[in-house]
Amino acid sequence: MKNQEKKSLFSIEILGIILGFLWIAPFYLMIVNAFKTKRDIFSGVLGFPAEWEFDNFVQAFIDLAFLKSLFNSVLITGLSVGIIVIFSSMAGYALARNKSKLSGVMFFVFVAAMLIPFQSVMIPLISIFGQADMLNAAGLIFMYLGFGCSLSIFLYHGAMTGVSKSLDEAAIIDGASRFQLFWKIIFPLLKPISVTVAILNVIWIWNDYLLPSLVLSEANATIPLKMFYFFGQYTKQWHLALAGLTIAIIPVIIGYFFAQKQIINGVSEGAVK
Amino acid sequence: MQNRSPAFWLFLTPVILALGIVVVIPFLYGLVYSFTDWNGLAATEFIGFEHYINLFQEKEFMNSIWFTLKFAVASVLLLNFFGLALALIVTRNIKTNNLLRTVFFMPNLIGGLILGFIWQFIFVSVFGDIGELLGVESMQGWLSTTETGFWGLVILTSWQMAGYIMIIYIAYLENIPKELIEAAKIDGASSFQRFKNITFPLVAPAFTISMFLTLSTSFKIYDQNLSLTNGGPYNSTQMVAMEIVRTAFSDNQMSYAQAKAVIFFLIVAVVALTQVYYNKKREVEM
Repeated sequence: MKNQEKKSLFSIEILGIILGFLWIAPFYLMIVNAFKTKRDIFSGVLGFPAEWEFDNFVQAFIDLAFLKSLFNSVLITGLSVGIIVIFSSMAGYALARNKSKLSGVMFFVFVAAMLIPFQSVMIPLISIFGQADMLNAAGLIFMYLGFGCSLSIFLYHGAMTGVSKSLDEAAIIDGASRFQLFWKIIFPLLKPISVTVAILNVIWIWNDYLLPSLVLSEANATIPLKMFYFFGQYTKQWHLALAGLTIAIIPVIIGYFFAQKQIINGVSEGAVK
Repeated sequence: MQNRSPAFWLFLTPVILALGIVVVIPFLYGLVYSFTDWNGLAATEFIGFEHYINLFQEKEFMNSIWFTLKFAVASVLLLNFFGLALALIVTRNIKTNNLLRTVFFMPNLIGGLILGFIWQFIFVSVFGDIGELLGVESMQGWLSTTETGFWGLVILTSWQMAGYIMIIYIAYLENIPKELIEAAKIDGASSFQRFKNITFPLVAPAFTISMFLTLSTSFKIYDQNLSLTNGGPYNSTQMVAMEIVRTAFSDNQMSYAQAKAVIFFLIVAVVALTQVYYNKKREVEM
C-alpha cells in the first residue's frame, strides 16, 4: 500500500516536471534564438546557437531606447499605483465607517463600475481628455486612478471589517483628527491588503498596452508601447526581435524573483474575493 | 463618519472625481453618442437606432462576435482543465511543488503583447521546424489560416492564464480538511472515488469563480490578438475588442464604434451578472 502510493506520487512528480518544461519552453526558445545570427535561426531553431551572438542584445537595447522606456514604465506605474493605494484606502475606510444609505449607494457604484469594459468608455474618454489637452503622462496616471480604484476600494472596504471601531473612538477622544487617525492608526493596520492592492495594480498597469498607445506620444513610450514599435520595425528579423523581447521581460523576472510569495498570495486573494 | 462630516467627503473626493471623469461620464456620453452621427469633432445630429441596425448587418462585426464566442468557450474549457490539473499536481506532497507553482504562474506577469510576439515565433518558426523534423504537414503555416490563428490564440491564452486559474483552485484545495481524505482512505475509497466524492464537491465553488473569470477575460482580450495574429488573415481572427478599436481609430467612425462598444458592454455585463446571481444562490444554499 505504502509502496504503491510512493509510486503514484513519483509518477505525478514526473508528469509535473514534464509540464513544467513545456511551460518554460517558449522562454527557452526565445532566449536561445535571441543569441543566434539570422542565418543560424534559418538553419534551425531548436538547438543552441553555433556561436553566441551578443550584438543582437546591444542593438535591441539601443533601438528600444531601453533605459528611457524602463524609466517611463517605472514612473507611470509607480505614481499610478501610489495614488491608487493612497486614495482607495482613504475611500474604503470612509465608506466602511459610514453606514448611511448614501454611503452604501456610493460603494455600489464603485463596485458596479467594474462591469464596464475599457472599450465601452475608451472613445469618449480619449475625446474628453484630448479636448482638455490632457493626453499625456499626467492624464494617463489620473485615468489609471479611475480604472484602478474600483477593485482597490472593494478590497480595502472588505479589509476594514477586521479593524475595530473602538480604535477610531479612542483616537478621537485623545483629540486626533480624522487624517491623523487614518494615517497613524488605520493605514498601518491595512498593510497586508495594501500589498495585495499594489501588486494587482502593478501587474496590469505595467503590462497595459492599449490605453498608453492612445494617450502617450512615442517619446514617452512605456516598455509595451516601445516593444510594439520595435517589433514592427523588425518583422522577419527574429534574432533582433527576440533579443528585444528578452530584454523587455527581464525587469518582470527580477521583480518576480524577489516578491514571488507576495505576488502569488496577492493574486490569490484578489481573485478569490 | 456621518454624511455631513467634511472628513467623509474629503476622503472620497479624489476617487469620486477620478471614477466620474474617467469612467462614469465617458460611459454616459458614450450611450448618447451611439445614437448620433458624432465623428469625434463636428457637431452632431441625432440619428436614433441607425448604428444599431447597421451593426447587426455588418458581416465583419458579427464575425468578430462569433469568433470571440467560440474563442471564449474553447479557452474556458481548456483553462479550467489545465488550471485544475496543475493545481492537483502541485498540491500533492512532491519535492518540486513550489518550483512548479512558480513556473506555471510566471506567464501571467508578462504582458499579453509581449507573449503574443513570442508565440508568433513559436507557431511560425518552431512549429515549422518541428513539423519538418517529424514530417507532420499540419504543423506548417500556422497563423496563416483562420483555423490555426484560432487555435494559436487559444493555446497562447491557456498557457498564459492556466497558472492564474491554478492559484484559485489551490486556494480551495488547500482548504479541504486532511482528515476527510485520510478517513476516506481508511474506509478504502480509491483515489478516483476520493476525487469524485470529496475533492470535487468542495472545489466546485472555485469552478464557478474560474469559469466566469475566464469567460469575461477571454471576451475582453485585445493585446494577444494584436500581437499574435493582428486579426489576420483577412480580419478573420479579429475579436470584438479589436474590431471596436479599429472602427474607431483606423476607420474614424467614432459614434458607430461606440454603438458596437455599447453592445460589447451589454454582453460582458450579462456574463458578469449571471455570475453574481450564481454566487448569491450558492451562498444561500451553503
